[in-house]
Amino acid sequence: MPVPDVKPFTVVTGHYGVGKTNFCINLALDLAERYEAVIVVDLDIVNLYFRVSDYTDLLAEKGVRLIAPMFAGTTVDAPSLSAEIYSAFEAPGAVIFDVGGDDAGATALGRFQRDIGQIDHDMLYVVNRYRDLTATPTEAVRLLKEIEEASRLSATGIVNNSHLKQETTAETVLGSVGFACETARVLGLPLVCTTVPEGLRGVLPEGPVPVPFGSGPTAPASAQARYVQNAYHIKTYVRTQWEDPEWEGP
Amino acid sequence: MTPDTPNTAGTPDTAGTPGTPNTAGAAGAAPDTAGEKVLMKGNEAIAEAAIRAGCRCFFGYPITPQTEVAAYMSKRMPKEGGTYLQAESEVAAINMVYGAASAGVRAMTSSSSPGVSLKSEGISYMAGSDLPGVIVNIQRGGPGLGGIQPSQADYWQATKAIGHGDFHMIVLAPSTVQEMADSVFDAFDLADKYRTPVMVLADGMLGQMMEPVVMPGRIAELPDKPWATNGHKGKRERTVANSLYLVPEELERRNVERFDRYNAIRATEQRVEQYLVEDAEIVLVAFGACARIARSAVGKAREKGIKAGLIRPVTLWPFPADAIDAAVRSATAFLTVEMNMGQMVEDVRLVVDGRRTVGFFGRTGGVIPTPAEVLDAIERMDRGMSGDDCSAEPEHMGGAR
Repeated sequence: MPVPDVKPFTVVTGHYGVGKTNFCINLALDLAERYEAVIVVDLDIVNLYFRVSDYTDLLAEKGVRLIAPMFAGTTVDAPSLSAEIYSAFEAPGAVIFDVGGDDAGATALGRFQRDIGQIDHDMLYVVNRYRDLTATPTEAVRLLKEIEEASRLSATGIVNNSHLKQETTAETVLGSVGFACETARVLGLPLVCTTVPEGLRGVLPEGPVPVPFGSGPTAPASAQARYVQNAYHIKTYVRTQWEDPEWEGP
Repeated sequence: MTPDTPNTAGTPDTAGTPGTPNTAGAAGAAPDTAGEKVLMKGNEAIAEAAIRAGCRCFFGYPITPQTEVAAYMSKRMPKEGGTYLQAESEVAAINMVYGAASAGVRAMTSSSSPGVSLKSEGISYMAGSDLPGVIVNIQRGGPGLGGIQPSQADYWQATKAIGHGDFHMIVLAPSTVQEMADSVFDAFDLADKYRTPVMVLADGMLGQMMEPVVMPGRIAELPDKPWATNGHKGKRERTVANSLYLVPEELERRNVERFDRYNAIRATEQRVEQYLVEDAEIVLVAFGACARIARSAVGKAREKGIKAGLIRPVTLWPFPADAIDAAVRSATAFLTVEMNMGQMVEDVRLVVDGRRTVGFFGRTGGVIPTPAEVLDAIERMDRGMSGDDCSAEPEHMGGAR
């Protein structure tokens, strides 16, 4: 699966730090191959570090337009949304909303509930089995309920973006599949994809036969899967300077 | 981030990761994450580790980039039966820590640079009353309101002038999210052991970044505090937490006694991590997030045939003078890398005492130096040493001048 099968208007939500922004950058760059125009809306007015607005140049290179909060990148600590966001609702091509973490971040999304509700859209809930406070299906389900309550929008699919940053191995990814399946099953939502870092392409067994979630064999959330279905190969864009592979010491 | 050559001049038992109390698996450890790697922000790791270290009172006030410490505490502390309180100001928060610490409770407050300045009076009172407590500073650019991007510009404040009067405070400088957790555990233990406030000095980058971390298990037993003002119930002498001594000789006696304790801390608690220092000609000295950038640059310098190494102070006070002093034997030059206008460089110069060149490279205002810039600075030092390029000045601010 090269690019997840999502609708051209997609909202991305989840807990702080599960990797929403990195997922959005990958999705935007990939959708730029498919659509004439792609817009990314940085709706994160909660966290001022490691946000999609830091990657404006990277996105612009591929023709992806970024709509950022008015003071993003200026270190002015003012949570203000741009009126330009409304242009996204009438734009041709694909639109991705990168929403801030938790229900706090989703509150800003609620501002656009009516506009989004009128558009055929996907709302993806990104989960990471290794992220503190959403590391169990129970916790992940509870947080989505809070996000849905704050945004007054409902998730349409789960993205399993389980990773341990630079320590991610094939076992890391495989060890998250049971968690993601169980979360999707409890929520009654499809597991849209499991992200696999580029470096693990070919290393990780990828399943030949997709099993519809909810009907497949149920495994305990902690069980180690043998293969990954609907793998979405992603690059790591969001990192600190010293994590740049070109700058690894000997 | 395990050091390749973990050695510490003078204090071998505390080299590398600051001593995490060996309580993993102790009774009561949270079953879901104990011993298992989870992704956490530095700020969250600090908060969770504090709870596991027995902190039962957190008093804070929001400020970027430390707010997640308070946000996390607000969710977790009530579940632990502890107290989370958003104070009306930073001044109030530190005085609440004073009160809780007087009663023998492990208490903490956190803030970012401007907020820490407000706490300085309370910290001085705590030192004067011999009260333990943990203060977290997730530094941002200054002075004044400054900015909200990472900085190390509070080095002087933390190590030399955190408040009025004759006193010191132990300052720990974590460099990874794992160490953010471990250092909080350490901070509470050191605070209780020496009856002193302890600061965990990090920066916005470490506070905001995510890394895999193994949470320490819960502390099994808290130290006994016979001095605590928690009610004598008619069974012992009454205890008092006080920093007011109007008889000069009495105040002098207490200060001298406290400095005896500081001397013990200097002798036993210096902590560093060393990387390729043994044969290094150019020894970099950097702490916190800067140390990770410096480490990358050291690796690249080695690839280019420059014998570089890195000393990373883990304790900023006591400053690891012994490790710096030991490196003078092999090093031909030192280079500090800091996110400020050059603060720790003064302490390195004090130890080196003119025996070697000590240079400085830094960015300030919230700008993070890049590994490439640090490598440039190393190469300049290297050229200056060999006499190839006499324009190499001992101090270079990258773009900040």
